[in-house]
Amino acid sequence: MKEQLQKDFDNIIKNLSLSQKDIEIKKFSLDNFINKGFPNRKEEDWKFSDLNQIIKKNIGELSFYNDYTSTNKVDTSVFVDGLEHNKIVFINGRIEKIDFDYEKKDQIEIIDQSETINKFDNNNSLSDLNNAFTNKSFKIVIKNSYKLSKPLIIYHTTNSKIWSKNINLKLDFELQEDSSLRLIDLFNDTSEKNFLNIFYNFDLKENAILKNYKVDKLENKNIKYSFNNIEQNKNTISETFILSSGSNFFKSEINCNLKGEHSSAFVNGIFSLDKNKHHEIRTIVNHLTENTKSYQLIKSVLEDSSKAAYQGKIFVNSIAQKTDGYQLSKAILLNKDSEFNAKPELEIYADDVKCSHGSASGSLNEDSIFYLMSRGLNYNQARELLINGFLLDVVEKITDSEIKNLIKNMIGIKE
Amino acid sequence: MENRQKEIDKLKDYKYGFSTEIENTRAPKGLNKDVIKFISNIKKEPQWMLDFRLKAFERFKQLKEPDWQKPKYPKIDYQDLYYYSAPKSMDDKPKSLDELDPKLLETYKKLGIPLQEQARLNGIAVDAVFDSVSVATTFREELIKQGIIFCPISEAIQKHPELVKKYLGSVIPLTDHFFATLNSAVFTDGSFVYIPEGVRCPMELSTYFRINASNTGQFERTLIIADKGSYVSYLEGCTAPMRDENQLHAANVELVALDDAEIKYSTVQNWYPGDKDGKGGIYNFVTKRGLCKGKNSKISWTQVETGSAITWKYPSCILKGDNSVGEFYSIAITNNHQKADTGTKMIHLGKNTKSKIISKGISAGFSDMTYRGLVDISSKASNSNNYTQCDSLLMGNKCGAHTVPYIKNKNSESNIAHEATTSKISEEQLHYCQQRGLSAEEAVGLIVNGFCKEVLQQLPMEFAVEAQKLVGISLEGSVG
Repeated sequence: MKEQLQKDFDNIIKNLSLSQKDIEIKKFSLDNFINKGFPNRKEEDWKFSDLNQIIKKNIGELSFYNDYTSTNKVDTSVFVDGLEHNKIVFINGRIEKIDFDYEKKDQIEIIDQSETINKFDNNNSLSDLNNAFTNKSFKIVIKNSYKLSKPLIIYHTTNSKIWSKNINLKLDFELQEDSSLRLIDLFNDTSEKNFLNIFYNFDLKENAILKNYKVDKLENKNIKYSFNNIEQNKNTISETFILSSGSNFFKSEINCNLKGEHSSAFVNGIFSLDKNKHHEIRTIVNHLTENTKSYQLIKSVLEDSSKAAYQGKIFVNSIAQKTDGYQLSKAILLNKDSEFNAKPELEIYADDVKCSHGSASGSLNEDSIFYLMSRGLNYNQARELLINGFLLDVVEKITDSEIKNLIKNMIGIKE
Repeated sequence: MENRQKEIDKLKDYKYGFSTEIENTRAPKGLNKDVIKFISNIKKEPQWMLDFRLKAFERFKQLKEPDWQKPKYPKIDYQDLYYYSAPKSMDDKPKSLDELDPKLLETYKKLGIPLQEQARLNGIAVDAVFDSVSVATTFREELIKQGIIFCPISEAIQKHPELVKKYLGSVIPLTDHFFATLNSAVFTDGSFVYIPEGVRCPMELSTYFRINASNTGQFERTLIIADKGSYVSYLEGCTAPMRDENQLHAANVELVALDDAEIKYSTVQNWYPGDKDGKGGIYNFVTKRGLCKGKNSKISWTQVETGSAITWKYPSCILKGDNSVGEFYSIAITNNHQKADTGTKMIHLGKNTKSKIISKGISAGFSDMTYRGLVDISSKASNSNNYTQCDSLLMGNKCGAHTVPYIKNKNSESNIAHEATTSKISEEQLHYCQQRGLSAEEAVGLIVNGFCKEVLQQLPMEFAVEAQKLVGISLEGSVG
């Protein structure tokens, strides 16, 4: 792999006109990545999903070079109907379109910041890989007190032009005081066997509100990793919803740093898996000051020989008194080959806190099925109704009614 | 009231902190083949036992000391320890208690464990282990009548080699982790229990561990076998003198329960925890594992962990037999600079297996406590169930309480439920108690005892009383 990396890297340097500083940053990151390699089971955070093995088994040799010189045609048919929205379109990792048509132009600033390096303290090698190979990276600034009137949808599209490729994306958002953003990540893949490596950074200034919805619904054979870092100042709210379903492998990590008083973080997720898909969600909520709040709810429905894992950590600093931290994960295993692993973790150094976590996994409740069947439903209807209700619980947590309905339609959940 | 205060004052200091002046026979310092041969030789062990030890030692040399645990400790120099230390008077085994060194008898009397059988009214058979040897085992004749074997393991190796050969290392294999393998190479003494088919052991069996010599590691090994349809309840207690240096205690405990058998294993661990500034104390790195080998078997662990500078152990159950049951009840209390990383593993292999985990952690002062547990339901373990509850109580904001459960479910017909909470004693609760005339400390004691009640109930009567007191003492000075 090392030679491949080096070769592809040299190719990129040759083909892109990069500044000297940019090249240095990229080289440094590449060396780091070569040293560490892809994360594997020996690392505690990757215990349940050995990415190194998964890539080997599903993709084999990866190539890291992407030709970003030619543009791709934007296929408008994938755009969401019936919801007016702003767009950012990625096709095969190349930004093809940034469009904030519905917003006041002077309230949103887009800064090219390829020359900055992402430093996350998640110390995994994928951020190095990302830094070494991202083509272009932008910072999107929402100005003071500006609330976007329409949601922003980021389309992550890949098509059959690419094969066995590694694609790296990076976006940085700054939400200035009193601003708000609704962001939907929509994955549309018609490609196979690629590895997508996505890093987002959000900086929430006082009173800012961020709502991020990740929807991975379309059936595809890709492997994905996504990392959200959310810095939260005073009175900020972040809400993250993840629908983890379509890809062959998908690991989403959400890292929230609650730095300001009265900030709160909500992370909710659904795994709806079949075949031999393998997905994971990992949430880390760091309560770093007094009076902060977090809530996580993860529900899974697992069919065939699919596998889901949830790792959730609530960290409470010794000065973070009056913290509320709740976490719950529930899983229904529908097939004898399906598997659910969980590691809900509490690390607490302050005494005046209320923290709890719960985790339950098991089969569908036979009594409930009996109850429904005795009222005239057949087995499949009863089963569907129960699963529907089980998942609806999470979807109902979405606070934006417009987007809630959109997601309900996408999943096909009935009320 | 005054009496109670006196009692508390008396108990405030670690009352087992004295050491006994006694002449010792020691193995040469360090860890090598010769020392292992020395131990094996002094115990007059057969060749197969020596081979077992040497094989473990070979393996040990390839292993790396683990470092994933939460409480970190300075590196232990394994060559700077004595691996065998025994009172000289034990060189020629005394035949009866009358021949036992009076100094030893005195020591155990001071610890509240009179070895003279006539002094024992509560009917508990005791095996007393002093440093590396077992000094006395009481009530043996009575037990032998029922076919129960209760003796030091070194004696069992000679008298019942067929049992030891069959079961030693069958639950904790030679090739297990670092400390377990070290134990397999150098273990010195411990208890051996065999309950024959269909026998219900008429009394509680108990081992009392005492570390006396300085610079010594204690490596004892306990093996309990409950044959078909039998029952045994086993207790374990431990203390050590106050010393400035840290001492290593790395024991292995293996339990085997055959068809329909039940083993109940209770521990009250009160090793010297070190002084207020965290100096000295025992490193308690113990491997405890039970195998529910037969169908309908049951193993239940109960532990009250109040001592040791660092406690690092996970009493586990391997539920291999169909319908077998594993239970784990734990109270862990850390104060001052104590650290604990403890929990359990429940490995479900058989059908219809059930397990239950109740863990209560209390941390005060500058201490740090971690519950770490694994529940693993394999794909063959249909219709299995686990329920886990771990609650932590924090006193002050200089201490930490952590929960790290690993939950793996590979069977769709099996259910796992886990819940954990962390909280502190609420002002309202304290206020209510104080309003009714209790002092702040008494109120805390009462609330903490209530918090622990579910676990304390599992202990045998005599132990429960002692444990309840211990819970109160361990938190002494942590209020206010």
